[in-house]
Amino acid sequence: MPTLRLDLLALLTGLGGGAGPRRPAAGLKAGDAFPEPRAAGLEGDWPADLKGKVVLVDFWASWCGPCKQSFPVMEELRKKYGPRGLVIIAISVDQNKKDMADFLKRSPVSFTVVRDAGQKLVTQVDVAAMPTSFLLDRQGKVRFIHTGFRGVETRKEYERQIESLLGK
Amino acid sequence: MKTRPLLALALAIGVLPTVGCQQVKPWQRGALAEPIMSADFDPIGTQQNEHIFFSREAASGGRGVGGGGCGCN
Repeated sequence: MPTLRLDLLALLTGLGGGAGPRRPAAGLKAGDAFPEPRAAGLEGDWPADLKGKVVLVDFWASWCGPCKQSFPVMEELRKKYGPRGLVIIAISVDQNKKDMADFLKRSPVSFTVVRDAGQKLVTQVDVAAMPTSFLLDRQGKVRFIHTGFRGVETRKEYERQIESLLGK
Repeated sequence: MKTRPLLALALAIGVLPTVGCQQVKPWQRGALAEPIMSADFDPIGTQQNEHIFFSREAASGGRGVGGGGCGCN
């Protein structure tokens, strides 16, 4: 019988490995350097000079409800903190380019929007939800991570964190 | 020892289907978010169906509707 138990173990661990609830662990943590985005083949122009800037990188999609709420807030943040050194980059994970274009027509913004058409970068970063944003300090290191968007609450957190990073 | 092949078969039947389970990552949910994927993408059609079920088969309830076929309507 021990052999049978071994068989069972092999079956469960080997074959069943891909199944079951697995908490999506965010690949990128606070303190990590943000991966090189140009290697992921993004559509659109990534800002050339981000040295010494505080950067908000936001992963979003046109089909995601909270992303719709987050865009006007990010636009206001750009207006408020842009002159002091905040750069916002929104990375769409839309597989359909037209969906993204339609979304941007409805929510026009002045910050940079690029598209991760192959979903390479988002896979590498392994976000836990949509939207997820990363606040990078002036050295390009991830300092704060926002999972989801919860209106005024998230906005206040953004403001507090951006202020603290800009102040340095 | 006679039961082993049977056990193995039962295990295979039980475990193999779970191998196909894959977690859908948050950024892969675009297709799932399409309106056509919702349980009730055609509210008028649903209402008509419900009406038919209710009046011809005396079946209502189970869809968030109160009542359980008392025949009083």
